[in-house]
Amino acid sequence: MEIAIPQSPVAERENYLNAKYGVWSWLLTTDHKRIALLYLLSITFFFFIGGFFALLIRLELLTPAGDLVQADTYNKLFTMHGMVMIFFFLIPSIPATLGNFLVPMMIGAKDLAFPRINLLSWYLYIIGGVMMLHCMLTGGVDTGWTFYAPFSTNFTNTKIVEAGLAIFVAGFSSILTGLNFVVTIHRMRCPGMTWSRLPLFIWAHYATSIIQLLGTPVVAVTIVLVAAERALHLGIFDPKLGGDPVLFQHLFWFYSHPAVYIMILPSMGVITEIIACFSRKRIFGYHFVAFSSIAIAVFGFLVWAHHMFVAGISVYSALVFSFLSYAVALPSAIKVFNWTATLYKGSIHYDAPMLYAFGFLGLFTIGGLTGLFLSALGINVHVTDTYFVVAHFHYIMVGGAVMGYLGGMHFWWPKISGRLYPEGWARLAALIVFIGFNLTFFPQFLLGYMGMPRRYYDYSHMPEFQVLNVLSTAGATVLGVGYLLPMVYFLWSMRYGKPASDNPWNAAGLEWKTASPPPTFNFDEEPVVTWEAYNYEELDAPPHTQEVPVAR
Amino acid sequence: MPDSTLVGLHHEEEHHPELLHHFADAEQQRDASSLGMWVFLATEVMFFGGLFCAYLIYRRWYFGDFAAASKTINMGLGATNTAVLICSSLTVVLAVWAAQTARRTLLIVSLVVTMLLGLAFLGIKGIEYTDKFEEHHVPGASFSFNNVPIPGRPGEYANPRHAQIFFSLYFVMTGLHALHMIIGLGVFTWLLYTAWKGRFTPEWHTPVEIGGLYWHFVDIVWIYLFPLLYLIDRHP
Repeated sequence: MEIAIPQSPVAERENYLNAKYGVWSWLLTTDHKRIALLYLLSITFFFFIGGFFALLIRLELLTPAGDLVQADTYNKLFTMHGMVMIFFFLIPSIPATLGNFLVPMMIGAKDLAFPRINLLSWYLYIIGGVMMLHCMLTGGVDTGWTFYAPFSTNFTNTKIVEAGLAIFVAGFSSILTGLNFVVTIHRMRCPGMTWSRLPLFIWAHYATSIIQLLGTPVVAVTIVLVAAERALHLGIFDPKLGGDPVLFQHLFWFYSHPAVYIMILPSMGVITEIIACFSRKRIFGYHFVAFSSIAIAVFGFLVWAHHMFVAGISVYSALVFSFLSYAVALPSAIKVFNWTATLYKGSIHYDAPMLYAFGFLGLFTIGGLTGLFLSALGINVHVTDTYFVVAHFHYIMVGGAVMGYLGGMHFWWPKISGRLYPEGWARLAALIVFIGFNLTFFPQFLLGYMGMPRRYYDYSHMPEFQVLNVLSTAGATVLGVGYLLPMVYFLWSMRYGKPASDNPWNAAGLEWKTASPPPTFNFDEEPVVTWEAYNYEELDAPPHTQEVPVAR
Repeated sequence: MPDSTLVGLHHEEEHHPELLHHFADAEQQRDASSLGMWVFLATEVMFFGGLFCAYLIYRRWYFGDFAAASKTINMGLGATNTAVLICSSLTVVLAVWAAQTARRTLLIVSLVVTMLLGLAFLGIKGIEYTDKFEEHHVPGASFSFNNVPIPGRPGEYANPRHAQIFFSLYFVMTGLHALHMIIGLGVFTWLLYTAWKGRFTPEWHTPVEIGGLYWHFVDIVWIYLFPLLYLIDRHP
């Protein structure tokens, strides 16, 4: 897989990292690659805060009695864990870092369409993040990340309004990222980059952006209503005043279910790139994979009430939402089958990104299939608000979204930093993450099916749950090590890693046809695309048939 | 191919001053800006959409109470405001046309008139809010809506709690709309300043166009708010 032409030393070439120095050259940058790195730093910070809460939750559940923290504190722990991880890590994770870095490069553009709006989106994220930190440090919130009314509007005396505003502001950062991507993908493609030549990473981000654009404002206005209701004692969601708490759930889940697809679709995009590269094959069923992303975005808006089967919605509407929830499995299955078909007879390389991709395939399949359990009305009623649900969505969000995020970070790290990460350590970390993840969350499926409810800090009336909880806590420790490792060796490699060539994986895609790290405007000359996406057969063919990177 | 490299280098220097470096040409920049505003407006539609949805659900649930509450808001002032906004849309269109055809005075006059109409709208809205405040129709501790008959149903009186939901939604919806109006006035102040400086040309006047799009959107939200809040099942 080594590229034939030896590369000149990277450090001498001017690139986006060494073009300018100083704090302000970062804080006022409009370069999408630098903004991606700003986002990378910030979301990593919040990932570890959210992880810290998770650690405390797992420690509390190590023993059946509520001995580490009291009920109120525990409620705040899982609430802040959810809010931080969802709104400040998972939603921006891949789009704002890898997406920000790669979307313009993959389509041959110099930057996103609106670089200043891109920077604004990071500042909004930071403002929201600081508000969230302040809210945490001065008491936090105890409603669960779902803010269910009327508990959130009338009863709890924790910092609902501040947390809501933090999420409101962070939501606008997410909207602006989506807006930038949609316009960039429509208007900034280089000559020859037709829609059917777009990398599937781009299709996934396009679908994600649509959800960000159409879903986020609805939760924003819902939060406005909750804040107004709390501050002014309105009765919009308060049944005592004639309001309807179920309406709150409808409005909330109208965004918050599609939000799951904001987290998983970019990850699917990453996995598609990795699988094609490390199987050395064109992706099987390109158009199906592309349109399944759009289908997931569209169907994703039509299934929200499956979070509310026991909330008192009509049984007929529950039936319809159950059916539609099954329907959303179709495009997801199309993706899984097409990835597997791509692997078939591929020339498979087991590099670290590919290990994450394999992990994703297995874990996403388990997460997706247990999602079908939950779409079935009967089973749903049985396992509602148990650890089965917790395990299911962690298989999607951590097993799916975070595995894809880590896989993508490894795959594109040579491009981002210009350095190679240590492959041996990376494979070890991938293995540790996979084992730790399963050890943490598989026992939770069993616990949930046996009847352990979620959000309980004390299960001393059911001491037989302890064994599985101990396994889960042990797994969380392993998982924590697995997450710390990449951070350590990524930082290490920035100084001591071997310089990366422009295309260390010999991968297809425009981002590999420029320098590592890329120059400020990505390409020295505007590229012209004359080849189809994922032309690995051509890349691996004898040199005389290789494409010329820039055809002018 | 040394020639093409040379052309590429010169290309950089011939830029229009407002053309940003990452766009190939002015047309791409204008298309991107305009698409960006349309996409943003789609977001805005969803933002108001949640409120419209809540309003329509409660309107159906508490039809009589909402009709009684709706009757107490001032249709005359609402209709005046509708007319004011429609006129302001006309002046926005004039402004865009003036920018396209390099008529600087007309551009400035149209922008000023638009802003005056926007301010008039907010003023009239303020009068309406004051009336509601004096009638104790602002939701909260001093809210009172007792013995108000339901129109078309003799002998029945509106439930004050349900009427309070109407007024809650009325204030949230018109309040957010007014907030958009204020943001629009801010945008137009900048447009006016830039137009005064004479920076808009037939080649580059995208801010006038997309600022105008935003203004039209705010108008259209009102075009939906007015019948929903003021007119449905209105009896004399």
